[in-house]
Amino acid sequence: MKELSLNLLDIVENSVKAGATLTEMLLEQVGGALTFTVRDNGCGMDEETVRRVTDPFYTTRTTRAVGLGLPLLKLEAEQTGGTLTVQSDTDPVHHGTTVTAVFHTDHIDCPPLGDVVASLITLIQGHPDTDFLFTHRLGEQEVKLDTRELREVLQGVPLDSYEVLQWIEGYLREQYQSINQ
Amino acid sequence: MKSLAELQAIRDKMQNKVALREGTGEKRVVVGMATCGIAAGARPVLGAFVEQVNEQGLAGTITVTQTGCIGICQYEPVVEVFEAGKEKVTYVKMTADKVSRVVEEHLKGGKPVAEFTIGQQKA
Repeated sequence: MKELSLNLLDIVENSVKAGATLTEMLLEQVGGALTFTVRDNGCGMDEETVRRVTDPFYTTRTTRAVGLGLPLLKLEAEQTGGTLTVQSDTDPVHHGTTVTAVFHTDHIDCPPLGDVVASLITLIQGHPDTDFLFTHRLGEQEVKLDTRELREVLQGVPLDSYEVLQWIEGYLREQYQSINQ
Repeated sequence: MKSLAELQAIRDKMQNKVALREGTGEKRVVVGMATCGIAAGARPVLGAFVEQVNEQGLAGTITVTQTGCIGICQYEPVVEVFEAGKEKVTYVKMTADKVSRVVEEHLKGGKPVAEFTIGQQKA
């Protein structure tokens, strides 16, 4: 993957496939470390599956026996001296999975974050009926998007309507611009 | 600054249009968005289709959707175009730049862009 934002898009697809109604994404830059967290309320995985998810020769898909999403993220994090952890629970009430990757952003092998806004727009376009809570903390400031708030305003107008997607893109890009100023 | 009030205005405008949008799409554009597709550059390809189909007022008859791994990862980004009563057209090694020709010649003109299809590209 050329950008971490592409990994974000890829990992969140797993949450959606696990039936998550809400997927939280948190990017947090503290000093030289970027923590990348995806937490969902999907069906979760049993211990045996959690052990195997970072094995490239394990996958849930049926078209072929290779699954590279989490193994690639693990490799990218570890190449910067960082880590990847996966926690999951299949409990009927508290089910869900949390993927946490830590990147050392001052390491030469750390990929750029890239276009996070494009990844969020892609997720919403592809999955307009599930909710996403995105937070990007940069020092004291943050960029935030909660589709539950937008859904309340929209009252049944789909989140993947083109006009709505354009508004969301502008809303996020403006937040980033005001932080950069 | 974009505000929720602006989103409310979009909602009010859209609520009148919703009925129109629900017509069955005559053509369906499906972009592979699994790990293989994303790594190969599918995100800007999808974005270009969504933008051009909407900007050119084709959204009533053409739907743009995402799917998982189609199984030919070496050809990603892969885009399939489905149309009732016609054979599926598979475009491979797509880029955002190639999208405008597919929109113009295939989606609007009805003639697939043969040179972008799987039969004419090397893996």
